[in-house]
Amino acid sequence: MTAKDLLPIALFAAVAALLPLFVTQNTWLNFAVFTLIICLAAQGWNILGGYGGQYSFGHAAFFGTAAYATAILQMRYGMNAYPAFAVGVAAASAVGAVIGFLSFRSGLRGSYFALVTLAFAEVFRVLANASEVTGGAAGILIKLDVRPANFQFDSRASFYWIALGLVTAALVVTRALERSRLGAQLVAVRENENAALALGVDALRVKLSAIALSAAITGAAGALYAQYFLYLDANIAYGTWISVEALLAPIIGGAGTVFGPVLGGVVLHGLSEFTKTLVGRIPGLDLVIFGVLLILVVRFPPREIPGLIRMWRARR
Amino acid sequence: MIEPDPAFLSVHSVSKRFGGLLAVSEASFTVKEGSITGLIGPNGAGKTTLFAIVSGFEKPTSGRVLWRGEEITGRPPHRLAQDGIARTFQIVQPFAGLSVRENIAVGAFLRHRRRADALAVAEQVAERVGLSAELDKPAAALTVAGRKRVELAKALATQPKLLLLDEVLAGLNPSEVRDIVPVVRAIRDGGITVFMIEHVMQAVMNLCEAVHVLAQGRIIAGGTPAEVVRDPAVIEAYLGHGAATRLASHA
Repeated sequence: MTAKDLLPIALFAAVAALLPLFVTQNTWLNFAVFTLIICLAAQGWNILGGYGGQYSFGHAAFFGTAAYATAILQMRYGMNAYPAFAVGVAAASAVGAVIGFLSFRSGLRGSYFALVTLAFAEVFRVLANASEVTGGAAGILIKLDVRPANFQFDSRASFYWIALGLVTAALVVTRALERSRLGAQLVAVRENENAALALGVDALRVKLSAIALSAAITGAAGALYAQYFLYLDANIAYGTWISVEALLAPIIGGAGTVFGPVLGGVVLHGLSEFTKTLVGRIPGLDLVIFGVLLILVVRFPPREIPGLIRMWRARR
Repeated sequence: MIEPDPAFLSVHSVSKRFGGLLAVSEASFTVKEGSITGLIGPNGAGKTTLFAIVSGFEKPTSGRVLWRGEEITGRPPHRLAQDGIARTFQIVQPFAGLSVRENIAVGAFLRHRRRADALAVAEQVAERVGLSAELDKPAAALTVAGRKRVELAKALATQPKLLLLDEVLAGLNPSEVRDIVPVVRAIRDGGITVFMIEHVMQAVMNLCEAVHVLAQGRIIAGGTPAEVVRDPAVIEAYLGHGAATRLASHA
């Protein structure tokens, strides 16, 4: 990795960090933090789905595991929020490795892999909804105790910067992956698994590394969500909404690119927020917009926003 | 037949059955270190299956494959690549979304952890196979001949001791064949043993020191190319029963 590789990331972080100086309304900061959390979850999906070509429909399994782990460790075992956050991320990564081992070892690819991940996430959702340790259907609250030592802050801006820091870290990790042997082998597996095997790529090991990393990043988004909203239930933590958001953002923004998930996440949520202010709050409207965007992106060849821009430039 | 030579690659009574079809039957042969050895035979003889067994993509139903004295039967392909056996595919398998440089670098990463080293090896290999001018093109944009060279380069970049070439000349026009024959010879002269499936007889006669002939899953002949093409069993396998005697009476 060279300085040139990191420059766009540094620029992005610097510009985005200025936002709370201009935007002070809580609703807008709320929106910005939520969008960053989605971007982070999407960056996790992008490692496995974008670079590895393994389309997961169940990243909620990782998001929810980390979210619940960090909440439960604090509330039931009195752990401090920061180590709880780290354990949550590690737990998500471990769940990723286990799901990956079970599905990749049996050679599941394509839509079969997507369905299995969806099934895992749904099983977790049902279990979390029924189990006592997760608070069942009533959900779990993290006790309000606003002190930085508890990973709770007075100002939303502090949370914004922390979320931005994590998103930036994920961008750096993604760039480093792109420049590494693991990244090259992962892309090779995506493009043609047999050809990769013939060149000495241990496809199983590569896919397992990718899903563990992917789950850790999406897990970080889940733990951050728990810490920001201080409340979880099964439909939030393990709901299909987060699986869908995590895969839509990179697909629309450019799967297998460093900035794709962030671009897609900002555009998706920007658009849905914009229409909300325009036509008022109609339930499900954001899903309609996501659907229309997805159709447009899949229907027209460049398939993602950077591609559209390239095409538009070429036409002029 | 050549006696099995434990020093390099030897295949002992390998059979492969797909349901009711015996694709390879009791095939035994060896490949000598430093040689260019050919595997020829009519369509459907089982050549590609035999290659798949040697390169670890298929497990034989029975029989053994020995590599430098060590049994490698059924060892998975990525481990064989680490052990120094690389292969190309008859139907080229480029990483379509990647540039030629990146395609070759995937092979080079096997023995070079650092990206800069892998890319440097990729450039050297590209020069050996005549791809230097195409390094930054997407692999999908190349001609058939170009893609065959990429296939060759990817395998070479793993720095193998034995290179298995599955019809690397198929689909090329005569001038393209003439271009690539010296490349294959240079690979061998660079110290890599070559074992190739080939239909282009001109190239086989030109390149190979030894040839094994596979027909209906069995090894029916082996020797130098000149010996093999005179062998009545080989002529019959290609041209039908009784062809050898008919040809002899015409001569």
